[in-house]
Amino acid sequence: MTAQNTELPLIGDYSTAGPVLTGARIGVVTFPGTLDDRDAARAVRLAGGEAVPLWHAEPDGAAALSSLDAVIIPGGFSYGDYLRAGAIARFAPLMDAIIAAAGGTAGNDAGLGGSAAGLPVLGICNGFQILTESHLLPGSMIKNESLKFLCQDQVLRVENNATAWTREFSAGEEITVPLKNQDGQYVADEKTLDRLEGEGLVTFRYVGGNPNGSRRDIAGITNAAGNVVGLMPHPEHAVEPGFGPDSAAGMRLGTDGLGIFTSVVASIAGGAQ
Amino acid sequence: MTTGTQNTPPADTRQFNIDTVEHAATTPDIELPWAELGLKQNEFEEVVKILGRRPTAAELAMYSVMWSEHCSYKSTKVHLRQFGEKLTEDMKKDLMVGIGENAGVTNLGDGWAVTFKIESHNSPSFVEPYQGAATGIGGIVRDIISMGARPVAVMDPLRFGAIDHEDSQRVVHGVVAGIGGYGNSLGLPNIGGETVFDPIYQGNPLVNALAVGVLRHEDLRLANASGVGNKIVLFGARTGGDGIGGASVLASESFDDTKPSKRPAVQVGDPFAEKVLIECCLELFKNSLVEGIQDLGAAGISCATSELASNGEGGMQVELTDVLLRDPTLTPGEILMSESQERMMAVVNPANVEAFEAVMATWGVEYSWLGEVTDTNRLIITWDGETIVDVDPKTVAHDGPVYDRPYHRPAGQDALEADRFRDSAAGADLPASGDALRATVLELMASPNMCDKSWITSQYDRYVGGNTALAAPDDAGVVRVDEETGLGVAVATDANGRYAFLDPYAGAQLALAESYRNVATSGAIPMAVSDCLNYGSPEDPEVMWQLAEGIRGLSDACLELGIPVTGGNVSLYNQTGANPIHPTPVVATLGKFDDVGRRTPSGFHAEADGQAVYLMGVTRDELDGSEFANLRGHLGGVPPQVDLAAEKLLGELLINASRDGMIDAAHDLSEGGLAAALSEMVLRFGVGARVSLDEIQGRDGVDAFTALFSESQARALVAVPRTEEVRFKDMTTARRFPVARIGVVDVASGALEVQDQFTLPIEELRAAWAGTMPKYFG
Repeated sequence: MTAQNTELPLIGDYSTAGPVLTGARIGVVTFPGTLDDRDAARAVRLAGGEAVPLWHAEPDGAAALSSLDAVIIPGGFSYGDYLRAGAIARFAPLMDAIIAAAGGTAGNDAGLGGSAAGLPVLGICNGFQILTESHLLPGSMIKNESLKFLCQDQVLRVENNATAWTREFSAGEEITVPLKNQDGQYVADEKTLDRLEGEGLVTFRYVGGNPNGSRRDIAGITNAAGNVVGLMPHPEHAVEPGFGPDSAAGMRLGTDGLGIFTSVVASIAGGAQ
Repeated sequence: MTTGTQNTPPADTRQFNIDTVEHAATTPDIELPWAELGLKQNEFEEVVKILGRRPTAAELAMYSVMWSEHCSYKSTKVHLRQFGEKLTEDMKKDLMVGIGENAGVTNLGDGWAVTFKIESHNSPSFVEPYQGAATGIGGIVRDIISMGARPVAVMDPLRFGAIDHEDSQRVVHGVVAGIGGYGNSLGLPNIGGETVFDPIYQGNPLVNALAVGVLRHEDLRLANASGVGNKIVLFGARTGGDGIGGASVLASESFDDTKPSKRPAVQVGDPFAEKVLIECCLELFKNSLVEGIQDLGAAGISCATSELASNGEGGMQVELTDVLLRDPTLTPGEILMSESQERMMAVVNPANVEAFEAVMATWGVEYSWLGEVTDTNRLIITWDGETIVDVDPKTVAHDGPVYDRPYHRPAGQDALEADRFRDSAAGADLPASGDALRATVLELMASPNMCDKSWITSQYDRYVGGNTALAAPDDAGVVRVDEETGLGVAVATDANGRYAFLDPYAGAQLALAESYRNVATSGAIPMAVSDCLNYGSPEDPEVMWQLAEGIRGLSDACLELGIPVTGGNVSLYNQTGANPIHPTPVVATLGKFDDVGRRTPSGFHAEADGQAVYLMGVTRDELDGSEFANLRGHLGGVPPQVDLAAEKLLGELLINASRDGMIDAAHDLSEGGLAAALSEMVLRFGVGARVSLDEIQGRDGVDAFTALFSESQARALVAVPRTEEVRFKDMTTARRFPVARIGVVDVASGALEVQDQFTLPIEELRAAWAGTMPKYFG
């Protein structure tokens, strides 16, 4: 990705509801083959944060992350999904820095890495795949049950609103965001699935039909600390009226995804929960 | 010579009998395989005349591919000329780059420009549907990048054989997965297209691909090699043996038994390589590191070197052993002809070489410096220092053969025109009762051509980029160009092969009329046209007549509507044996929005409850070539009347109504007529409507059946808020455009109700409409 203009235009009235200049600096990672980086950056800006481009080959990842308050690993086909979705990106030097900043994976038998004091990290779609490959989150993604790429507006239930990325939602709230993937079927062994359910780590669940065969209708999960979240559908495509999914208010007016980004901005502003 | 990576193949792989220019001059009588490479005798003789000697094997390879129909337009040049001749000053005012470059460029204002082009990838998609369709996307996207633009959207007009033919399983699954697999991986939203099923395309499916790109005026790049001493660089994927036209012929020339004898004629795509190439090129443009750029598509290095040199002022010198190869056994001729994907060639000022290499390193893209621009006016290609090509590049790229092929009106055309649907056996016993009309609407909406195509479009990413304001199934695809102002573009593609079969001249005009209408219906102002002319063999005088008539019709219509053709593509020889496809001129119209926020939805939203539904335009008894006639197995007569003045006026009214907030929904009438348009508007958001046909029947003198299924042109349906009705009526009255208030949007009804005829619950309609594609394709 070429450098983005990440500054908010200093116009408009930010004193009331709406975007607030919070000073939250949120990194958006670009690997070769990343596709939704510009969308994720736009979502951060619309949520009142500052989006900071993060290049996968950043020579000093730890230094780059030190000035950031959160990181988003966006969707796409990093390294062409060669070998397996996320399998190569996981070995980018920047990922080591992200894993460390999120709290590491040491001592986690089920891959539930991270720590409460760790950097908030969100992986969307291919980003989620990279997080499971990195063992920050457990489980894995295989091809959709239909074996086809599927793009549709998808209803999700927010099961856990205690994470850094979901605190602006109410528990049980249903939101509509676009889903688009080829390898979106979430799988894990029964023990891991039971643990995710038992500890309330299932963060988003598909409602109104399981689009890809994911175990227990899981669309997104978090780690125990709540700073790392992986999500298969795309909240960054539902942040701006006119360009999101259809909603009750009208065509393409859906902005349910914005809550993910305002949540992390609020988490940053309000400190750890 | 510097290369991006080490590329010295082992010595034993270079044991070719290199046919140098020197060798050619001294061996005039060596038999050359020009016929196998597709050259005609007169063409080969012309090459010998131009060179003053026999061509070398490498030169023969270049001339044969560059003089092919696909690259040279030799059968259509004399006709395509009309697109350039029928241009007014007004049509040229926003045209920054016209026909002849990789893609046309249109000024959007505010320093922005848009480039778009449609191309065919028909034959490869039949042979190998997945890769054929995938590389179709790849090729058109590289055309867009070549102009200095960021690609922002793709579209795919598709035509398949019969839906229930067993081979359609292979072709449909493969093509759709290929388009999705490649396009989705590039991060380009797929915003529309069309899908038609007709047995006429059984052995010749049409896979057309359109791409749209946007650029700042200062980023515009052209394909020319200028500036003596500037460096020539080839970058992107390595060159392999895929896509070589006459590979077996050339391979047999090398007398080398160790090399693979069969190579795929269809190119293999790697979308990841293309995505990286896109970002890499955009960074080159942003930093002004290339003087000229050309993508490698058909005819590969032959095309890129000869076109760059021919468009420039001087000549070019290239060392072919510096090309990075996937297969070190390739001969010079094969390297020149290879159509390996994801490659670009650029002209770089020596001062920028280091910066260029830094960009390549950032994106991990391989490159090799092949040579430089010279002042010799010759394209000279060497192999290990020995000259194997020494030609005037213009004779290869631009001054190829031109044929004014004979054509005549088909002997059966009069009989075809006389075979009116109403008078045919198929036209007897037309549905008249409410129940029969209801059943016919269900049958129509479940038919292969009218049914829900979300089985296809849900395999494409329409969201990526965050700028998609409208996508299939809306009338046009709409993308935002400028996030600050909302400036954006709309694109729609259309063609009706049945209409064009009945009347090739009118058929091409009707294709333009519909795409123009679709763009205007979305609320955008039509600005430019790109066309993909899919026809049979030009060597058949009757097909040639269809083609000549199509080009004449389209160019006349563009002149009348005042929008220029900015580029496109001709695809010929789409026929199986002596049976050509229907002439299928796919026309893409591009329109402009000052603010995409005012695009008009194509269906009734619940928010539009109680709004008045108006039918704009006049309904005539026009069923020849219609979807209804098609359902009854009839094709004859004359297509609907073309009325471009009415189309233009309708367009202006729709655009004004959208801009001034007079309408909350609009949908054009085309295939399937009013019945299809109403059904689609109701299905879009699942909101019903109550309409009456009385006023149309009375005013236009047609019966209920004709009112519902006639395909008269220049019509649209709109939903008008109560508060806007007076203004809307005043506007249409002042412009003398006929409108009829036929009903209201009715959320509570949950149905499409045609008063005194039938009531069709939306869920029943949806089940019929949505069930067809999954029934055949799973």
